[in-house]
Amino acid sequence: MAVKDYIRQRFFPHIWCPGCGHGIVLNALLRAIDQLGMSKNEIVMVSGIGCSSRISGYVDFHTLHTLHGRALAFATGVKMSMPELNVIVPMGDGDALAIGGNHFIHAARRNIAMTAIIMNNRIYGMTGGQYSPLSGYGTRATTAPYLNIDHDFDIAEMAMAAGASFVARTTTYHVRQMADILKEAILHEGFSVVEILSQCPTYFGRKNKMGSAADMMEMFKKNTTPIGSEAKKENPDLIERGIFVQKDVPEYCSEYDKLIENAMKGQ
Amino acid sequence: MREVLEGSHAVSEAVRLAKVQVMSAYPITPQTHIVEALSEFCEDGTMDARFICVESEHSAMAAVVGASTCGVRTFTATSSHGLALMHEMLHWASAARLPIVMAEVNRALGPGWNIWMDQTDSLAQRDTGWIQLYCENGQDVLDTTLQAFRLAEMVNLPVMVVLDAFFLSHTYEDIDVPDQKAVDRFLPPLSPRIQLSTQNPCAIGQMSPPAFYTENRHSIQAAMEQVQGRFENIQEEFEPVFGRKYAPLEAIECEDADVIMVMAGTAASTCREVISDLRSQGEKVGLLKLKMFRPFPTMLIRKILGDTQKVAVVDRNFSFGVSGIFAQEIKAALCNHDNHPPVFGYIAGLGGRDVTPDILKQVYHMTKTASFPKEDGVWIDLNN
Repeated sequence: MAVKDYIRQRFFPHIWCPGCGHGIVLNALLRAIDQLGMSKNEIVMVSGIGCSSRISGYVDFHTLHTLHGRALAFATGVKMSMPELNVIVPMGDGDALAIGGNHFIHAARRNIAMTAIIMNNRIYGMTGGQYSPLSGYGTRATTAPYLNIDHDFDIAEMAMAAGASFVARTTTYHVRQMADILKEAILHEGFSVVEILSQCPTYFGRKNKMGSAADMMEMFKKNTTPIGSEAKKENPDLIERGIFVQKDVPEYCSEYDKLIENAMKGQ
Repeated sequence: MREVLEGSHAVSEAVRLAKVQVMSAYPITPQTHIVEALSEFCEDGTMDARFICVESEHSAMAAVVGASTCGVRTFTATSSHGLALMHEMLHWASAARLPIVMAEVNRALGPGWNIWMDQTDSLAQRDTGWIQLYCENGQDVLDTTLQAFRLAEMVNLPVMVVLDAFFLSHTYEDIDVPDQKAVDRFLPPLSPRIQLSTQNPCAIGQMSPPAFYTENRHSIQAAMEQVQGRFENIQEEFEPVFGRKYAPLEAIECEDADVIMVMAGTAASTCREVISDLRSQGEKVGLLKLKMFRPFPTMLIRKILGDTQKVAVVDRNFSFGVSGIFAQEIKAALCNHDNHPPVFGYIAGLGGRDVTPDILKQVYHMTKTASFPKEDGVWIDLNN
């Protein structure tokens, strides 16, 4: 199937700003799905609110564009009612970790099979560049004109601590790795978290004088390193990318089926 | 000083002048400009205040409830789904008798995602115990926000200042921004009735069993019943200092009108022009602008509308299964008035659709020519 058959061409041009990293995520996601040979009809995409969440309008799967922060809660209902479907939940950093933070840790704890993609551009783009829980200490935003004093989360560490059975990180610079990780994440039987560092040249980049979109992507190249690399030992500030966790843990929907089966024994 | 400001910044300026001490918010379009300006005022020292950027609107209201409980002046702003998410905390703020002021930018609710003007979000909160004041233009927004603090602190109830998405929040107008000394004369520092204090330890939010709960609720209603009179008193203090005054309901050309049109927000501005045009053609038409919606000024409604021939209410909102919300409230207010006029309800301008002079003229002519409303709400601007 050609990649363009997975998109709703009538919804284009998309709303993302020139240079936004989210289009690269859409591209890699479609390539991953194409390489897996999945049918459009077996995929449900559930998104919340924000620039990243608009991705659900552009793909020709079953799509639900839901409330801010609640995508994983809606997706849990979808998955429990039709466990045979592949559920993909694209979110932004504010959507997933601020207003939706509680849903995020509990979906991870349950280990329900779905793929949570967090496009981390470290800002609320859609509402005009307010700082998010991922902006980080010492950054600038429209609500932090004199530097932000809030510390950020480490999404991967938090996902692991909350119990996610697949956790990975990549960037919009590393497009091939992104597609490969997304394939693994979609195939994984359990809650998969893929953090993708994505550039927002319009707000985060401009407020923090990070140059053009290409400059920001160069920084993703320069400031990241494969998990466990020698470079990381020499420079602990480098951000690791790759698959942190990929383990077999009983999945929620199948455990539920087993529970019913056991309870019904002898009847 | 006269300045060209957008409606959102008219709110921010009023909050600055009111010397608010703690504010908290979460980003949502079209409210965000209000708090962006305020966060800058906090950080550059323009205001001696703290801005808390939280993880959701529910937390934003929780944070100002906490701050207000400590006896400081508080403010937040939201819109649409943000307000809906706050719902639980709205009940808390009023029942805890906290004088919190909130700017609420009227925006449609999803799904069918829409960021534009619609009144259903604020009207859906009508039973939460918040005073609701609707604004017509930028000056009204600034003045109402200032007055909201005074009113809230007089009756110990929270106030929602409601402004239209984009038509008001993002429209620039020539606005008189008063100087600080004048505002300080009008709005003294907050002297809280209820607060956490190390001198007088108290327990807030305790159990209120059946023996007390009714009286507790009744006391909130008793405070609500004072609001209209207090609001009128505030105008007597506001006008000498600022040269402007506002009424809970504004009656325009209503004395001899056979048909009175009723609405709130920026549509009332459009309707002023329509009334003027129709009057010049000899039509006996008036406009009743709703400013105060909670508490609902029932007696005043009866006085203004009770003896006209017909009432035409334009609702930019809808309660599914019934009709427009303002129309329902007007009907309820009139039903115990002898020989009250028929109330015609019209639904227009949902989700940012413009309420044009032509639509309002159509509302007038349909009302004038019909003897009695055939249905509860006519969807006047429905596309075929």
